[in-house]
Amino acid sequence: MTSSKIEIPGEVKTDAAALMASLQLMPSPVPNPEIKYTKLFINNEWQDSVSGKVFPVYNPASGEQICEVQEAEKADVDKAVQAARLAFSLGSVWRKMDASERGRLLSKLADLVERDSAYLATVESMDSGKPFLPTLFVDLQGTMKTLRYFAGYADKIHGTTIPMDGEYLSFTRHEPIGVCGQIIPWNFPLMMTAWKLGPALACGNTVVIKPAEQTPLTCLYLGALIKEAGFPPGVVNILPGFGPTAGAAMASHMGIDKVAFTGSTEVGKLIQEAAGKSNLKRVTLELGGKNPNIIFADADLDLAVEQAHQGVFFNAGQCCTAGSRIYIEEPIYDEFVRRSVERAKRRVVGSPFDPTTEQGPQISKEQQSRILEFIQSGISEGAKLECGGKALGLKGFFIEPTVFSNVRDDMVIAREEIFGPVQQLMKFKTIEEVIERANNSDYGLVAAVFTNDINKAMTISTAMQAGTVWINCFNALSTQCPFGGYKMSGNGRELGEHGLMEYSEVKTITMKVVSKNS
Amino acid sequence: MPIPDLEVQYTKIFINNEWHESSSGGKMPVLNPASGDVLCEVEEGSPEDVDKAVRSARAAFQLGSPWRRMDASDRGELLSRLADLVERDRLLLATLEALDSGKLFLMAYFVDLVATIKTLRYFGGWADKIQGRTIPVDGDYFTYTRHEPIGVCGQIIPWNFPVMMFAWKIAPALCCGNTVVIKPAQQTPLTALHMAALIKEAGFPPGVVNVVPGYGPTVGNAIAQHMDIDKVAFTGSTAVGKLIQKAAGDSNLKRVTLELGGKNPIIVFADCNLEYAVQQAHSGLFFNQGQCCLAGSRVFVEEPIYEEFVRRSVEKARAKILGNPLVPGVDQGPQIDQQQFDKILELIESGRKEGATLECGGAPWGQRGLFIQPTVFSDVTDGMRIAKEEIFGPVQQIMRFRGVHEVVQRANSSQYGLAAGVFTSDMDKALTVSSALQAGMVWVNCYNAMSTQCPFGGFKMSGNGRELGEYALNEYTEVKAVTIKISQKNS
Repeated sequence: MTSSKIEIPGEVKTDAAALMASLQLMPSPVPNPEIKYTKLFINNEWQDSVSGKVFPVYNPASGEQICEVQEAEKADVDKAVQAARLAFSLGSVWRKMDASERGRLLSKLADLVERDSAYLATVESMDSGKPFLPTLFVDLQGTMKTLRYFAGYADKIHGTTIPMDGEYLSFTRHEPIGVCGQIIPWNFPLMMTAWKLGPALACGNTVVIKPAEQTPLTCLYLGALIKEAGFPPGVVNILPGFGPTAGAAMASHMGIDKVAFTGSTEVGKLIQEAAGKSNLKRVTLELGGKNPNIIFADADLDLAVEQAHQGVFFNAGQCCTAGSRIYIEEPIYDEFVRRSVERAKRRVVGSPFDPTTEQGPQISKEQQSRILEFIQSGISEGAKLECGGKALGLKGFFIEPTVFSNVRDDMVIAREEIFGPVQQLMKFKTIEEVIERANNSDYGLVAAVFTNDINKAMTISTAMQAGTVWINCFNALSTQCPFGGYKMSGNGRELGEHGLMEYSEVKTITMKVVSKNS
Repeated sequence: MPIPDLEVQYTKIFINNEWHESSSGGKMPVLNPASGDVLCEVEEGSPEDVDKAVRSARAAFQLGSPWRRMDASDRGELLSRLADLVERDRLLLATLEALDSGKLFLMAYFVDLVATIKTLRYFGGWADKIQGRTIPVDGDYFTYTRHEPIGVCGQIIPWNFPVMMFAWKIAPALCCGNTVVIKPAQQTPLTALHMAALIKEAGFPPGVVNVVPGYGPTVGNAIAQHMDIDKVAFTGSTAVGKLIQKAAGDSNLKRVTLELGGKNPIIVFADCNLEYAVQQAHSGLFFNQGQCCLAGSRVFVEEPIYEEFVRRSVEKARAKILGNPLVPGVDQGPQIDQQQFDKILELIESGRKEGATLECGGAPWGQRGLFIQPTVFSDVTDGMRIAKEEIFGPVQQIMRFRGVHEVVQRANSSQYGLAAGVFTSDMDKALTVSSALQAGMVWVNCYNAMSTQCPFGGFKMSGNGRELGEYALNEYTEVKAVTIKISQKNS
């Protein structure tokens, strides 16, 4: 799922014939896609919200409304939890199902996503502003691979038999936790849905999931595929709605056994508080980052510049993994800045459906304004604005790719998560210094180091307080690897074998035996 | 319903995703044991064909090859795709299997083919979850392990569950990234060859799977002795298993896993559900015409219920309907070949001579084909040949016991140790007896309950190593520990 894989090389872009030739081979979006599913999905049925309220869904490339969607609030959360609880009761179809059969259902869901991938990528692009081709090649692939990975794990969730002291036979069962509330963000809507559903369902839980209010459409469509794949009613319930109402209701619900949240650190803190206040539900959080990317003088400079560029600009900067603090070793600093600025100036910003577009709009007016404020603070605090810095275009929420150099660690743009196309370049001298500066943050999601020296690589990767450390790469994510943050970037890990632990509850069963033998 | 007038499409040797004729020019007749007719001829592999296959498998295993460079998840996808193709051709494969092996078509369709598909999918799921470890070693080092594929694996499979055994062997091997040279049994090569065609269709690179039909003493032996095969996996008789292990030691110390015979005890306590126990013991022996390594061929029944148990078992055996395995309503097909047929009758004769009571059966059945009547012996004592030797036929031995210690000791006094069954309602008996039995699989209040997720294999001379479940992965990986010096370790 690397962000740099889908970049159209510069030489091809400038040669019209080569560009047309390469574009002929690229898949195209579905023209005028029909938005079929705009209601709540509870018990495998499409339902209006209890209140009858609806909310608008916008296309951030144009600012225009796409459609209206039913808005879930507390009463709907209650209904969904009830359905999920029923589907989870002992003796239910879901509880009695062979684990391998749960895996089969997830596999079938992946096949259906594959069948409808052009449509899903089109709708995702329209709803979130993500460029179409990266959405198809990164988000859709990531979605299918995650579903397939966890489909494979369903019947491999092992407990252990244990040689305990005394005349006993002891073993553990790794049981599903129960009803899991899942709240997902707007930056990778469909893929985040898969990251949440995959492990939860593989382990046998039932789910109430709330997509972000900005981007409910692909998650709702997945509801239809979930039903088509054959999941029993109540196993997955989808509630489009807002954080302060539906999200908060889920976090404090007495009938939800676990909440998983991906979003801002600020809201993550509220979720954890609500969990403690209500029923001590289990909590996993994937929050923000202000991720350091450390470039040594012996690095492959071209690779480092390109990876650092994609690392911060991918998805218009709207990634928790954005490499937004780039520390460059003094000897190569000036050259690195020069090449980074040149690359940023070349970055193609445009319509998500233009196959040459690298960067679409920001998700909303609010986000756009917020990012522009951060840029202002950079200017006023004395960083050097190398390029960009302004909004772009008359419609939609576009921002020019922006580069700051001479950034100091105490500046706002060096400390706070911008979530926009703004790159910070800073200089360092020694390895001890850069380790200390990189770790000097409340966040700790990812880090990266570019060097050919094996000692530097091993030292940095050991020292970084980050859940993922990349060596000579960036955004290299894959379903098999656990992903999550140190410190205030979150707790718990998603994906990989670790993903299963967050969705199981361990029960130890100890039986008296007449006479034990080893 | 089985496919009428099925034409056999694949009869050649499969090497490098291509169909080859035999180097020696030899051909093997493939017989239908229900009629004695020749179904077709298949190219007979020779040691030279084994060499060709190994060269092809070795090339496919080279560092930098498409197979070695492939994402583990893509290996899993290929296995998944193969499972889809088997599902597509399920009717054809079940028909072919029933014709070639004499097993009941409905069993082939609902048991063998389902297990084949499930096994391929199960290991398809494991491929990208084969994890090494990072290890906190002493000293300023960073250490991690890689679980690498072993290399070229030779696999020799039997005739009792041909296509299912094919899946049991190739699935874990391929999931772990190995390449394979596989020899189906000479009696039953046809479904293996069809699988080869599906393997090519699924998109496995050339050389990853090679199928060489042939005889044990030639092709099998060439595999066991081969200096460029890294591991041999064999399912078959204990006698041949010993030869394989010797050959491995004699040649290049290749890794060996063996799934061999069994003389499996079923222990029935007086407090069991009697009708259920009778039924389970019956199917536990007679399934697949008694041709299972798992056959529950020593049924120990507690004294108080012994007479009734025998009576009901005989009634069940007498009610079995023999006939054409393709016809629904038939319960029992023919034995696989003349050699097996003769051996079973010889052992039945020994039972008579040594003084067991022949309750029913004991003779061949029908005008054509290799059918034997369902046979039940009672008053069997532990010293009799029918109580010690693996019969591999529809012959059930019932013996009586009095105490728990006695029956556990008698059950364990065998060189075999594959499976065992215990029927009782008492929790203590269930736990005590299952702990005490020297068997790789112990079933409590059930028999033959198998599933891809559970490890399968024998104690003692029933074999070594385990197939299926997570455990199978250990048998198909070679662990490498990599240690890197670092300037300063921190925990």
